[in-house]
Amino acid sequence: MTELRVWRGSAEDPGRYDVYRVPYEEGMSVLDALVWIRGHEDSSLAFRYGCVNANACKTCMALVDGEVGYMCTARLSPAGGTVEPLPKRPLIRDLVTDTVPDDEKLPPGRD
Amino acid sequence: MVGAGGAGMYAAIAAAGKDASVLLLDKSLVGRGGATIMAQMTVAAAIGHEEPDHWTDHLQDTLAAGRELCDERLARMLCENGPARIFEMDGWGAHWARGADDRIRQVKAPGHGRARCCYVDFLNTGPGVAGTLRRQVSRLGSVRRVSNVAVTEIVVHDGRAVGAVGMDVVSGDVVTMDAKAVVLAAGGLTKIYRRNSASTNMGGEAYALALWAGAELIDMEFVQFFPIAHLAPRLVGMDPIMWDPFRYKLGGRLLNGDFDEFMHRYGGQDSGTYTTVRDQASYAILKEVEAGRGSPHGGVYLDFRHVPDETLRAAFGPVIDRLAHNGIDLTRTPVEVAPTAHYHMGGIRVNHRMETRVAGLYAAGEAVGGANGANRLSGNAITEALVFGECAGREAATAVAGTAPGWNATDADGAVERLRAALSTDATGGVPANVLERRLQDIMWEDAGPFRTGKQLQRALDGIRELRQSPVAVRPADGFNLDLQDRLELRAMLTTAEAVVRAAIGRTESRGAHQRLDFQESDGRFVANQAIEMRGGELMARWPDGESQP
Repeated sequence: MTELRVWRGSAEDPGRYDVYRVPYEEGMSVLDALVWIRGHEDSSLAFRYGCVNANACKTCMALVDGEVGYMCTARLSPAGGTVEPLPKRPLIRDLVTDTVPDDEKLPPGRD
Repeated sequence: MVGAGGAGMYAAIAAAGKDASVLLLDKSLVGRGGATIMAQMTVAAAIGHEEPDHWTDHLQDTLAAGRELCDERLARMLCENGPARIFEMDGWGAHWARGADDRIRQVKAPGHGRARCCYVDFLNTGPGVAGTLRRQVSRLGSVRRVSNVAVTEIVVHDGRAVGAVGMDVVSGDVVTMDAKAVVLAAGGLTKIYRRNSASTNMGGEAYALALWAGAELIDMEFVQFFPIAHLAPRLVGMDPIMWDPFRYKLGGRLLNGDFDEFMHRYGGQDSGTYTTVRDQASYAILKEVEAGRGSPHGGVYLDFRHVPDETLRAAFGPVIDRLAHNGIDLTRTPVEVAPTAHYHMGGIRVNHRMETRVAGLYAAGEAVGGANGANRLSGNAITEALVFGECAGREAATAVAGTAPGWNATDADGAVERLRAALSTDATGGVPANVLERRLQDIMWEDAGPFRTGKQLQRALDGIRELRQSPVAVRPADGFNLDLQDRLELRAMLTTAEAVVRAAIGRTESRGAHQRLDFQESDGRFVANQAIEMRGGELMARWPDGESQP
């Protein structure tokens, strides 16, 4: 097993770190661990990903152990790791930040 | 345009070229989701740069792979118009690999009689194509791109598609969109299988949306399984189906868990025609695993250790270094491979204008059924995305030019109500949708996989019905609620999975990618396309002339 510390929260709250114990497999990525956590421990965790480890879609950027990188290629070590949202992007929730280009957004809603 | 992969983006460009105002939607980010971005291999088109070639030769090869089931008009369009798309994209700055003579390089993929498969180095064809189209789309003022909207229903009024309803995946808000025509370009369904090589948003939404809107699907029993997808050690930053060309080029050997060759035990040599090889290889691998002779992760070994170091380096180029980052040294250790769900031949029934039977509703790309019949040639998937995307966008724009919008304020009420009901959150008494998705993937893999029997398929159908009744837990969340996204996706996945299973039950023969262990021969009565449609809320399979038997 290994441990992943995951920043949780939204723009409205100060946030916290949740620590998850995850079965360790050699070569596993941080994204592998997050997908495992959602499937086994906590489905409410939010993160972006698309191509699942091919590093083709480039949508899974986050801060891994303090460095900006792709969660799909960042390896999780047996000693564990920490993942946080991108610091310079507006926060949406948990690890999801606003990475959608402005001209790809919906206009303000009506109801 | 619902879906902004290769087909949706090309459709947007073509529609804008006909002066249409276009809304290009993607559940993920425009140009970054779907199948195109994952395609590291090639694009087949008879441009004749590498050697003399003609689209009629490409057509002949495509029809041969399709085992008498191709819609010849669609297959012809794919082959005849492929070259124009390659050159058009070249003009938009696509980085097709070129030789010293500046001609576009083409390789010969299995099943093709000529070297006709264009590519972007190195193993970068999909991202290259997606990037080129994304840049081109962003240059067009009349294309409005919208990321992070998941379409959940096509709005149909008086038998005509007039718009769509969906969810803003960031805010969870309901979104309604009116349109004179709708193009479904969110094809691919391999996420309904446990082992797949898909992007996470390929749960088969286009097929479910089409069925719910009243369109027909065809050939849904034909799922292409790729025999030697990467299994272990964990490989990141690479397409899991990358091994195929290297196996052919370098003669990679398949070994079971005891490091013995085994292909000869399953009839025939490890050579021959393309489709035979794929089916035989998958069968042999799954049988070895079943007999307890699999590799540690449940596949077999692919071994290049007999290939000299310099030959490996020459063939793999910089890929050798990417493999080294993954701890893989092919000169020392074999890798583990296993069959994986890779592509869907079936899909939405369209005519040569990409029109479904619902007025104003079009399809493009992998969402379209029929062009590839019972099996698809390597390289034809991106070609069909480009060709059918261009056609759908152009035809849709031409058909609605100058017409009045058909949208009334109340048209979407039903769809909005159904979506709001699905968006209610309740964390008690159920399990999250992603856990149910996993169960569906297991059911489809075990009982509706590369080799099926009637008994297994019936069990799969029962399993799908049971999942449909399972209560779903959705925890409330302030933004980007994946539980909600998964619940909507699961609904579509269940409908699409049922379509695959019902079609597979109906075809009591083996042909191309559909292999029935209880009906192992091809049967001349089945040279026909089976349709699936929704009647009275139920999915029904139908052979031509409305018969329930072929």
